[in-house]
Formats: sequence, structure tokens, C-alpha cells
Amino acid sequence: MSKRTFVGLCFAPLAVLAAAFFLLPMARLVLIGASGEQGFHAYTAILFDPRYRATLFNTVALAAATTIASLVIATISGLFLQRNRFPGHALLVAMLTFPLAFPGVVVGFMIILLAGRQGLLGDLTLHLFGRREVFAYSLQGLFLGYLYFSIPRVILTIMAAVEKLDPSLEEAARALGAGPWRVVRDVILPALAPAFIASGAIAFATAMGAFGTAFTLATDVAVLPMLIYTEFTLSANIALAAALSVGLGLVTWAILALARSYGGTGVAAAG
Amino acid sequence: MTMRDRLIFALQLLFTILVAAFLIVPAVLSMLAGITVNYFRGIQSGLTLQWVVQVWQLYSDTIFRSFLIALATLGVTLVVGIPAAYALHLRSDRFSRAIEEIITLPLAIPGLALALALLLTYGGFSDFRRSWLFILAGHAIFTLPFMVRSVMAVFGAIDVKTLDEGAASLGATPWRRFRDVIVPNAMPGILAGSLMVVTLSLGEFNLTWMLHTPLTKTLPVGLADSYASMRLEVASAYTLVFFLMIIPLLVAMQMFARQRAGAASL
Amino acid sequence: MTRQFNAGEHGVAVHIEHCAKTFADGTQALGPVTLEVARGETVVLLGPSGCGKTTLLRIIAGLETPDAGGRVLFNKSEVTRVPIERRNVGMVFQSYALFPNMNVADNIAYGLKIRGVNAAERSARIAELVALTGIEGLERRRVDQLSGGQRQRVALARAVAVRPSVLLLDEPLTALDAALRERLRGELNRLLRTLGITTIYVTHDQSEAMALGDRIVVMRKGAIAQSGTPREIYFAPANRFVAEFVGAANILDAAYSNGSLLVPGGKLLAPDAYENPKDRVLVMIRPESIRIVAVDGAGLCGRVESLNFVGDRQRVAIAEVAAKPIMVDAPNSIPLEVGERVGLVIDPSAVRLLPGDPP
Repeated sequence: MSKRTFVGLCFAPLAVLAAAFFLLPMARLVLIGASGEQGFHAYTAILFDPRYRATLFNTVALAAATTIASLVIATISGLFLQRNRFPGHALLVAMLTFPLAFPGVVVGFMIILLAGRQGLLGDLTLHLFGRREVFAYSLQGLFLGYLYFSIPRVILTIMAAVEKLDPSLEEAARALGAGPWRVVRDVILPALAPAFIASGAIAFATAMGAFGTAFTLATDVAVLPMLIYTEFTLSANIALAAALSVGLGLVTWAILALARSYGGTGVAAAG
Repeated sequence: MTMRDRLIFALQLLFTILVAAFLIVPAVLSMLAGITVNYFRGIQSGLTLQWVVQVWQLYSDTIFRSFLIALATLGVTLVVGIPAAYALHLRSDRFSRAIEEIITLPLAIPGLALALALLLTYGGFSDFRRSWLFILAGHAIFTLPFMVRSVMAVFGAIDVKTLDEGAASLGATPWRRFRDVIVPNAMPGILAGSLMVVTLSLGEFNLTWMLHTPLTKTLPVGLADSYASMRLEVASAYTLVFFLMIIPLLVAMQMFARQRAGAASL
Repeated sequence: MTRQFNAGEHGVAVHIEHCAKTFADGTQALGPVTLEVARGETVVLLGPSGCGKTTLLRIIAGLETPDAGGRVLFNKSEVTRVPIERRNVGMVFQSYALFPNMNVADNIAYGLKIRGVNAAERSARIAELVALTGIEGLERRRVDQLSGGQRQRVALARAVAVRPSVLLLDEPLTALDAALRERLRGELNRLLRTLGITTIYVTHDQSEAMALGDRIVVMRKGAIAQSGTPREIYFAPANRFVAEFVGAANILDAAYSNGSLLVPGGKLLAPDAYENPKDRVLVMIRPESIRIVAVDGAGLCGRVESLNFVGDRQRVAIAEVAAKPIMVDAPNSIPLEVGERVGLVIDPSAVRLLPGDPP
């Protein structure tokens, strides 16, 4: 057979799998989303209906806060770890990246262990202040959970970017008289900007679509994935759930496309 | 180092240790809780394997099923992904870039949405819907981009086109070239991709929760169950089992990545 | 406020005393080296890669500290422990290290900004430097829009803007293609003469060294092989390594006898100033110092092995003179044929005796 035929055949299994289990279902989802009473207007309902607007706002705010916090934490620690070697360094890096593979449910459980009714932090505050603080099931707990699965992802990307920094740029700045803080501000942070955008977008997208964590923590705080879930399984509002899913998918995809235009190829796995 | 440098170092170290503690302490705690007789009374109450045994009795089927699905997902992504990666690499034109976008879309779409789409399309085929193959379909779509990307990365690094042309000049047909030259040289990417796929499949929840039935539970689904309904020690023991499954894979991935980085710098 | 070394127009004198450098993994990049650079002088550190020249430059810059016992002084003040931020040096890196997040003008003015110079003065200084380095019109450009030659000029302008005490250049022309390098070498030379600052220049290219240096310091394996003016280095190399590294050299093994040096192809007159002659000596002769004459009556003869026309002259390999064929640069006007026997005449003053080299 010719080369061209062979290459065409190579695509065949992919074509079948993608068409059957992705393209077709997604197309159906879009159609079903528009099959409710509002028709295609269901898609704009997310933005304009006050019920859903609050949920959307919560989700975006939470994702944004998580992204910013993870970037700050990852930059401080990432710079420190890449630039300093000391006994225990490898262990510290392993500890920071180990939770990378945890599904959202496990992250939720971790937060419960930290801040739930028998939580470690609760014990601590009991000792110190005489009052047991339980915040796993509130917005703070959810935020901590999101932070828990974002930090490992972002730190890996930032550390990889720091490794690729050109040392001669920093030396040139120092030769011109810049002190350590100015070097960070004028040379290092601008050089890391693409990495910030790429990993920040991935962290944001992951946080937007996170389900397992919110599910386990069973909070009252409404985030979009939970809303979709309850509409589908409890209220059987299939069309609405479909519409919301498509909307969420579009927003997430747009943000990730932005990330890719800055050259990021990160992992946006479970949340 | 000046005093100021030492202070800055110490503060950064402290900060990093705190962050690491935030991440690790609950994990360690849960592992301990899984083998402690009574969590409230702590270690003093003694160590035991009773919870682990109980987990096995209650959930061993989920553990087996997770492995089954993970391996099956691996098989599917290998068969589908490697040829596709090869074809995409060779074509390198707008068509293949479009295909790459489509393959990567499942990553952008929240697992929930994907699951919903699958349910609405195939929910009617009850035999399929009720079998573990349904979950396999979701996992395959979700992990495929990782395999394809991993293999394509290796193709990019080793100039596979020249190898292919060399083999062709010696008379090998496209299929033989694929089998004897392309695949063996792509091994590092295939291995890395495989580790990634298995790890992702074992830990997948968002999709699987929507797709599962009481008879097709996977380990993460069982975990969610146990967090909601079981006592802390059992849930912890179950989490411990999950960690024991995942950690060797993570270590293997890290070692592998470091080995390849070392080889690349030669 | 940082203390800057303000040494006026010609910079400082640099004194390096017993500076060695051993890195963390055990490699010794530099053995103990002592070097004096006078105020306003341009010294070129020349040598093959790995000879320690860049390490020495970085020690002078303040990017590395020498091993214990080493000292670096600027005009008699010890700066060994002073970090680079406070040494007021101007450094041009091999890769130029221009800041991609700033345009050309901001790059040039960065050092001034650090020193708190106000905006009006900064603009004036930028204009001055832009004119000096010939990059008018590029002030608003971003770094990735510049060609290699333009980047090099911006890097130079930036280093010089702060009126440094010493100008340090780390192979600034190596990253450019050969034609550009030739052209920029001349410009760089003019610029350095105009500025008159103490300059230390690192390169592995000997023609660059000869063109730019008041003095050349040839380095090898972490030590100084010879230090001298370009003419001294070229005509009176101290050892075989320097002789072969700088320009082409014929190295012959000869026996000394009665004012003559005997080689397989005949004999040549030994130079006059010749103390303590040993029986066997190592002799260096440059290809352009050998004249080809008729074979009859010539004291030194050989056979033409190959001819190489290089444009302005022919490079001839002549065998049977010494153990290995020697290279002779002959004018194109002399007709030669491969296999022809020719005579050679060498002026005794062009014969240089070399000490035995360490292995």
C-alpha cells in the first residue's frame, strides 16, 4: 500500500473513537441544551438570569482567587527551590508535587481532615484559643480545597520556567547596579510572564470545572459544576443542565486557548 | 552570605515548608488514620489492619474494576493514539492541527459536561450503559490527548521523518517501517504517555461519577461513597489503598522524566 | 546609597593578585594568576576555550569570588568582596543579555535609572551614546527587532552609559557571522580608543586580539602563557604554545653548531643574541619570513610538496627541510611547481628560539 493510504489508515481508529464518543455526544448536548422552553436563549440565561448569575459569579470569583493565590505561592516557592540547593530539597519538591494525581474527592477529604469537625486545625485553635474552628464546609474550606489541587500544578510549571531563565540577563542587571529586589522586579518577573499566563489559565480552567472537591465538601456554596449536577440528577432539568454544561465548556475552552497561544502545555486533569 | 541574605533564605524556606506541610500533613494523617484503631484517641489506641481488611471486604471489586478500566484505557489509547500521533506528525498541516485541537477539546470541557453528553447520547443503549465499557469510553476520550501529545513530543525530538526515509530507502513498506522503526524509537514517549494514562484513569472521578452504576463503581467513586457514609477510619484506609496504588506510578513518572531530561542534555 | 567607584574619564587601574578559582565540583578553572592593567589600557585575554579567560573576567567583574588568598584591587582599593552591583563596571556579555521587556532606550538607561539620574539627564545621555555607537533611530525598537550587529551596539551603549571604572567584554563579536565581525571589529576599536576607559576584552580569536589590544595576555589551562604587546607576542613568543596559537608558525628541531642551526635540509644562521646555547634547540620561524630562491648555492634546500593559492599570496608546503613540511608564504610572482627543488633564505633576526615546553 502507498504511504498516503497508510497514513490515512492511521487516522481511522481515532476518527471512529472521536466521532462516536466525543463529537456526536457534544453535538447532541448542544442541541438538547437548546431544547428546553427557552430554546437557544438558555445559553444566555447563564449570564442574565439572577439565579444562575450568582452561581457563575461565585465560580469565577473562586477560580480567580485560587489562580492568583497559587501563582503567588508558586512563584515564591518555585524561585526559592530552583535557586537554592540544600539537604532535603528533593523531599520538599516531592511533597509539593505529590498531590498532583489526587482526584477532587480525595482533596475534599484532605480538607475535611484539616478543617472538618475533627480537623487538625480545629484541634490547634482549640488549644490556642479555646475555640474549635471548623471551616471545611464553608467558602474558606472550598477555597483551601481548590488551592490544594492548584498549587502542585502551577509550581511545576513555574519551576520549569525558572530553570529556563537566562542567567546573563540577571548578571547584566546586577552589573548595572540593580539590587536583588530590582532584579526580581525588572528582569525575573517580566521573563516569567508567559509562564504566569499559561499556568494561570490552566489553573483557572481547572478550578472552573472542578466537581469532586465541591461534591465531597457538600457545601452550600453554589458553584457551576454542582449546579449542573443537581439540575440533572435531582431536578431532572436536562435541557438546563446541558445548556449550563455547554456554557461552562465554552468558557473553559476559551481560557485554555488563550493559554496555548502563550505556549503552555500543562495538565488540566481532575479537580 | 550577609545577614540579610540569610534572613531572606530562612523566610522563604519557612514559607515553602508551610506550604508543603499544608499539602502533605492531611495525606499523612489520612494514611495514619487508616491504620489506627480509633482516630479520636490517636496513635495511643494502637495500630491495626482491621480497617484495611474491611475496605477489602467492602470495596475489593472497585479496586479490581479500576485496574481493569485503567489497563483497558491504556490499550485503547495505545492502539488509537500511536498511529494517530504518527499521522499527525507526518502531515503537520492545518488539517492535522485542527485534529489536534479536537483531540485536546475533552481536556477543556469539564468532565461533567462530557459525561452528560455521553449519557444523553448512549443512555438508551442499556446494555452498553450498564457495563464498564461505558466508563471505558469516557476514560479513553479523556486520556487520549496525553498519549498523543507525549508520543508526538518524542517524534519531534528524534527527527522521525529521516528515520522513516532511511528505512524506506532500504525497501521497507509503510507498515514495516511503522513496526520496526517508528514505534521502537518512540518508546520513551509511549512509556511516559502510558504512565500518565494509567494514573489519570485510576484517579478519574468527574466523568466516572456520572457514568457509573451501582454495579460499575470504580475506586474514586467508592471513595466518595465512603467519605459520605463510612466512619473516618474506613474512609482513611480506603484512601490509603488508593495512595499505595498511585505513589509507585508517580515515582515512576518522576524518575522517568528525570532520566529523559538527563539523556537529552547529553 | 551605594558607593560607586568614580574614577574619572579613564577608569581605574586594575590589579589582580594570586587569583585562583576552583569550582564546587572540583574543577580548577584558574590557577593563581597575577596581572596588572594600567589606567586606560586595553588588555586582551586570549586563549582557547577552557583556558580560564572568562573566569578571570568574571572575577574582575565581581560575578565570582577568587579562592582564598586572591585579591582584586581597583586603584589600590580592595574590591575582592564587593559584589558586582557596587563595583561600577560596564559589562558586555557574549549573548548581549539585553532586557527583552524594555526597548533600546530603556535598556541603555537602565543603569542610570538605578543610580537615580533624572529623566532629562537620562535622555541626554541616551542621545550621546546612541550617536557614539551609531544606532540613531532605533531608540524605540524592541530587542527582538534588532539585528546581531545592532544588539551588540546597544549592549555596548548600555555598559558605557554609567561611566564605568572598567569596561569588560566577554567575546562580544563571537556571536556574529564572519563578515560582520570584521566590520564591527574596526568600529569597536575606534570606539574603545575614543572612550579611553580601562578595558579588558576576552576572545579566542587572535586577529581580534592583535587588532584591539594594547597588550595581549595569552592564557592556557588556567595560567598566563605570555603577556606583551601584539608585536612582542607575534615576533617573540615565549613558548611553543603562544607561537602556534598566534599566527602560523613553523617549529623546527635543530642542532646548534658554531653559530649555525643544522636541520635536515641544510643550515641556517642562528640569531646573534644567543646565550647559553644547548646542543639541540627548538626554533620558530613565521611563514612570511622565509624567502624562496634558486636552489643553486643555497645553504638550505627543500622540495615543493604542495601549493595553495590564497589570493594575495601563495602558501607553499616545503618538505625535506625539517622533520615535517614547513609553510612558506611566497609572493604570487614566483612561479613554482610541485616537486621542484628550491632554496630557502631566512634572516637570522626572524629566527626565534623557544624554550622547551612543559608537556
